Amino acid sequence: MNGETTNATRRSEPAAPVAPARTPAWPMYRAMVGIGLACGVLIVLVYQWTKPVIERNRAEALRKAIFYVLPEAKSSVTYRLGDDNRFAVLTGKADGAKVVYAGYDEGGQLVGFAVRAQGMGYQDTIVVLYAYAPGQDAVTGFRVLETRETPGLGDKIDNDPGFLANFERLTVELTTDLSAVIHPIEVVKHGTKSQPWQIDAITGATVSSTAVAKILRESSAFWVPRIRQHLDDFRQGR
Amino acid sequence: MSNGSDGLPTATDDFLKGLFRENPVLVQVLGTCPALAVSNSVRNALAMGLATLFVLVASNAAISALRKVIPSQVRMASYILVIATFVTIVDYLIQAISLDVHKALGAFIALIVVNCIILGRAEAFASKNTIGRALLDGAGMGLGFCLTLVLLGTVREILGSGSLFGVELFGPRYQDWVIMVLPSGGFFTFAGWLLFFNWWKKRRSSRSVGTAALAGGAR
Amino acid sequence: MSDESLWTTFLNASLINNFVLAYFLGICPFLGVSNKLGTATRMGGAVTFVMLITSVFVSGINALLAAIDAPYLGLISYIVVIASAVQLVEMFIKKTSPALFRALGIYLPLITTNCAILALALFQTNRGYGFLQGIVFALAGGAGFTLALVLMAGVREKLGLAGIPDVVKGTALALILAGILSVAFMGFAGLGS
Repeated sequence: MNGETTNATRRSEPAAPVAPARTPAWPMYRAMVGIGLACGVLIVLVYQWTKPVIERNRAEALRKAIFYVLPEAKSSVTYRLGDDNRFAVLTGKADGAKVVYAGYDEGGQLVGFAVRAQGMGYQDTIVVLYAYAPGQDAVTGFRVLETRETPGLGDKIDNDPGFLANFERLTVELTTDLSAVIHPIEVVKHGTKSQPWQIDAITGATVSSTAVAKILRESSAFWVPRIRQHLDDFRQGR
Repeated sequence: MSNGSDGLPTATDDFLKGLFRENPVLVQVLGTCPALAVSNSVRNALAMGLATLFVLVASNAAISALRKVIPSQVRMASYILVIATFVTIVDYLIQAISLDVHKALGAFIALIVVNCIILGRAEAFASKNTIGRALLDGAGMGLGFCLTLVLLGTVREILGSGSLFGVELFGPRYQDWVIMVLPSGGFFTFAGWLLFFNWWKKRRSSRSVGTAALAGGAR
Repeated sequence: MSDESLWTTFLNASLINNFVLAYFLGICPFLGVSNKLGTATRMGGAVTFVMLITSVFVSGINALLAAIDAPYLGLISYIVVIASAVQLVEMFIKKTSPALFRALGIYLPLITTNCAILALALFQTNRGYGFLQGIVFALAGGAGFTLALVLMAGVREKLGLAGIPDVVKGTALALILAGILSVAFMGFAGLGS
């Protein structure tokens, strides 16, 4: 008997008429839409206001990094890779286009390239900038742009002198037809480096070190042949 | 405790309660995610604390200003919209001020949105009080949060990196207690402070109970 | 586009970089719902489900926002999706299992503020995961969260009978346990690579 009454009460709830105390829909819509619009406007305003500052900061950080990995360069020009595998000076925004940064000395001579590369590390994406010097067939500079690796361990890829020494001259020699790297960059256990294309890992940060090697290996495999095949595209620099 | 003569909380009480008595992290156990994640160095802890303080004060003020216009059914959704707006704003502000700090804090800036403290204060206080009081409440809670984060960060950075605010404290022979800057260290440090806090509270309340008993007995 | 393999993504999100034990996400429900094994598993299931829905919508939102070039609306859109998804799950559970609904209590609507879900949306966007990878990521994240929760609940249930000083009881103990679990999970580093 009691169960029936409870069921009946439950069933009749949805069918109950709209009580006069219930809030009408208009104030609800008004509030939500009003707040939504106000919020939207506020966000857009702040975005537009900070955008130029942020872009300036980013460009500045990138510039500093480029001249850090290419110390002999006095100026830099950004080149974009076209669909025909040729390079052209980038005009306007990068917007997802594949780019490299060519560095020139005072006389306008090409000293090298700064290439941005990224990949998954232990914790999160690692973004690096490395320098490629065609004259030496090697990677000659390295800088970590973004890392969120384990502080004290994985983030040593940014400042451990032993690890960074790997990149003073990391060979990426190409085959005679300039189509591929003869010895792809590889990582070896700390202290066992025997070849100029190997990277000595950091003890205790093997995953991060391996990640860096992978990033460089894949990036150099893509860019170095293309750059060398069309070295003339860059000679028009300032 | 520091009530005015008419029994209502004073303005200073609105502000001070967030620091100790109702500390959002150590007492209410809210906002624990960022407290643990970003406290591996004092600089990051401070930056996160200040960013949260900004959002807390701004959203408390906004929600208090709008409290008469928001119908009860949609209040949660409205609060979240407002909070998300201010978090987006602080995200862009931090990027404009320092790209380094922004990179260090990473996704946790955006995660301020789901920091239970902000939603909690909006619901429990800002929606029921004047803008002035809501501002004070937000400031107090925000500072309490910031303070706790800095406490956590100090322990973790000193032990885990041998530095404070990037300044090396011990010589190069100091072996970093690396686990302190790892997630586990975060849990342990938080547990440690919580333990200390609980023990101290117990001591204070048992002492005042003792004094009251004495006073009662003396009568 | 991230070129991580699906298997790596799964291992990474569930074990190596466990949302709770490595990234500190979802701590509130982790501390709050982990004292009973039964509630823990069901909460884990609910969270995984919300993550899946969120991941699908985030893929769509990102495509839309890219098309209209309004990246700043990302955060607001994600949170709206999450709040709606949680509302959906809440209604679903209320209809199909009122007992579970009561057991989860306030923690069900609190899934909205579960940082793990928003973080899922943010990570998926930042790492450029595609649709399929996003789903794998969501499944893995949810599985990892459930795993951490279940492990925690198991230990806490046993500890409920042990003699523990008052000052440590409750949250402090849970945090110490979490710290130990976190150290254990660090052993997964490098798995699968």
